[in-house]
Amino acid sequence: MSDPLDLLARVRLLAEAVVTSDPERCVQCGICSYNCPIGIDVRSHARVGAVIVDQRCISCGECIARCPRDVLWFGPVEDAAEDLP
Amino acid sequence: MRHVIVGSGAAGLAAAEAIRARDAAAEIVMVGREPHAFYSRPGLAYLLAGTVPDKQVFIRGRDEIAALRLDRRTDDARHLDLARRELHLAGGAVVPWDRLLLATGAAAIPPSFPGADLDGVVKLDDLDDVRNLIARAGGAKRAVVIGGGPTAIELAEGLRARGVEVHYLLRGARFWAHVLDPVESQQVEDALVAHGIALQHQTQVARVVGHRGKVAWVETTAGDTIKCDLVAVAIGVAPRLELARQAGLSIGRGVRVDHRFQTSAEHVYAAGDVAEVRDPDTGEGVVDSLWSTALAHGAIAGTAMTGAPAGYRRPPSLNVTRLGGITITIIGAVGQPDADDDLVTIARGDSLSWRARPTAWTLTGDDPARRVRVVVGPRHLVGALVMNDPAAARALTRLVRNRVDLSALRAALDADPPGALARLIELGAAAGAP
Repeated sequence: MSDPLDLLARVRLLAEAVVTSDPERCVQCGICSYNCPIGIDVRSHARVGAVIVDQRCISCGECIARCPRDVLWFGPVEDAAEDLP
Repeated sequence: MRHVIVGSGAAGLAAAEAIRARDAAAEIVMVGREPHAFYSRPGLAYLLAGTVPDKQVFIRGRDEIAALRLDRRTDDARHLDLARRELHLAGGAVVPWDRLLLATGAAAIPPSFPGADLDGVVKLDDLDDVRNLIARAGGAKRAVVIGGGPTAIELAEGLRARGVEVHYLLRGARFWAHVLDPVESQQVEDALVAHGIALQHQTQVARVVGHRGKVAWVETTAGDTIKCDLVAVAIGVAPRLELARQAGLSIGRGVRVDHRFQTSAEHVYAAGDVAEVRDPDTGEGVVDSLWSTALAHGAIAGTAMTGAPAGYRRPPSLNVTRLGGITITIIGAVGQPDADDDLVTIARGDSLSWRARPTAWTLTGDDPARRVRVVVGPRHLVGALVMNDPAAARALTRLVRNRVDLSALRAALDADPPGALARLIELGAAAGAP
C-alpha cells in the first residue's frame, strides 16, 4: 500500500510537473524507454529535447531515476504548453 | 545531387538526417564497415553491464530509417579520388559523388605489449566488440583491465556486473589525472573498489602469456602474475585518417575543417571524431570523442553539403559520464597539471579541450557526495566539473556556454568562496534554457 504522502506528492507532480529533457546530455542509450512501466518511448523525446506530454505518463519518475546522464528531470508544466496537442 | 557519407556513426547519421530534411530529391549513399542498424555507441556500456538488452541500443525505428531513403553499402572505403570525384570501395564498386563527408570516426589504439595478439585480448569499441565481450564473459573467471578514461571504467564495471573478477591496472598514480582532480579521482576509485573491482596503481603489463593461443596470465612490471581469461584494453582512440591521408587532405590531429566542416578539398567535408575543429578562443585545432559533438558536427556538415547557410562556432565541450555509479558532468576547461599515463591519446567520452589549464582559479564545494568544482577566469566561468548534482550541473553549464559575465561577482568570489559557489549556481539556474 502506498504511503498517502507519496500519493499526494504523485498527484501534485501529475498536476504541476512534466518530464523535461536536455538533448545535449542524451546519448540515446534507451535506458529511459526500457524502464518506462507503460512503454512510452522516452528516448525519442529526450534526444530532441521535448517534454513528455504523453497522457499515459504517470509521473513515476522511473526514467529520471534510471537515466545515467541526468538528461531528465521534472520541470514546470508550463514548459510543456507549446508541445501539448 | 549525390551525397556520399563514409561512416555510419553519430556524425554520419546526423548528416544524413540534415540532408534529407532539406532535400527530398537528393541521393544519399552511406558507406560503412558495420552491417548494423544505427546504434548508440555510448549505450554499449549499458549493454555490456546488462542494464539494457541488445535490441535497446538501436536508436531509430524502421519508419525513421525508411524515411531517410539511404543507399547503404556495407563495405570499406579504400580510395578517394578528388579529381574524378569518385570513392572506391574494397568490394570493387566505384561510387561517384558531388559532395562527400568523411565521418569515419575513431578507432581504439591497439596495445603494444608482448602477447597483444592472443585470443582474449579484447576492447570496447563497437557493437561487435560488446557482443564478443558478453559471449566471453560467460566463461571467464578473471579479467585484467588496462587503460584510462571512461572506456576503461566501462569495461571494468561491465565485466564485473557479469560476474567476472576484475583487476584494473593503472600505470599512473590515479585515475584520469589530467581531467579529474585528486579528490575526484579518489571518489571514482573508491566507488570501483566498493563495486568489487581490485585496483592496482603504478602497474603496467610487462607481457601477456598465452596457452594454446589464448590468454592465460598477465605479468606486471612489478613482477606479479595475474591468472586471467581476458585482458581488456582501453588506452585511447585515434581518428581514422587513412582515407583523408591517401587523398592528401590537410591533417593535424584530425582532418582539418573550416566552420562549415569543409576540408582542404572543395566539396569534401569531415565531421565527428575524425574532424579537427578550430577552437574560437585559443585558435588551436581540437578533436573530441563525444556523442553530442559528433551529432552537432554531422547536422551542420549535412546542412552545408546541401548548400544551405551553415556555420559552427565550437562551444565548450560538454559530456556527462557515469563512473563508479557517480554521474559526472564536465564542461569547458577543467584540466589538471598531472599527466595521465593510462591514455595514449584521448578516450571515448573525452575532449582534448578539457585538458586546457587557463589562467584562472579553482573553487570547490565541500559536500563530498555532490562535489562541484568550478574554474573561474577573469570575467567568465571557463569550466566546471559536477558530481551527482544535476541541477547544479545544468546551472553551471549555462554559465559556461552563455559566457555569462561574472565581473560583478568577482569580489564575492574572493571574499566568501562557499557563498559565491552557491550564488554562481543560483545565477545559472536563473539563466534559462541551456
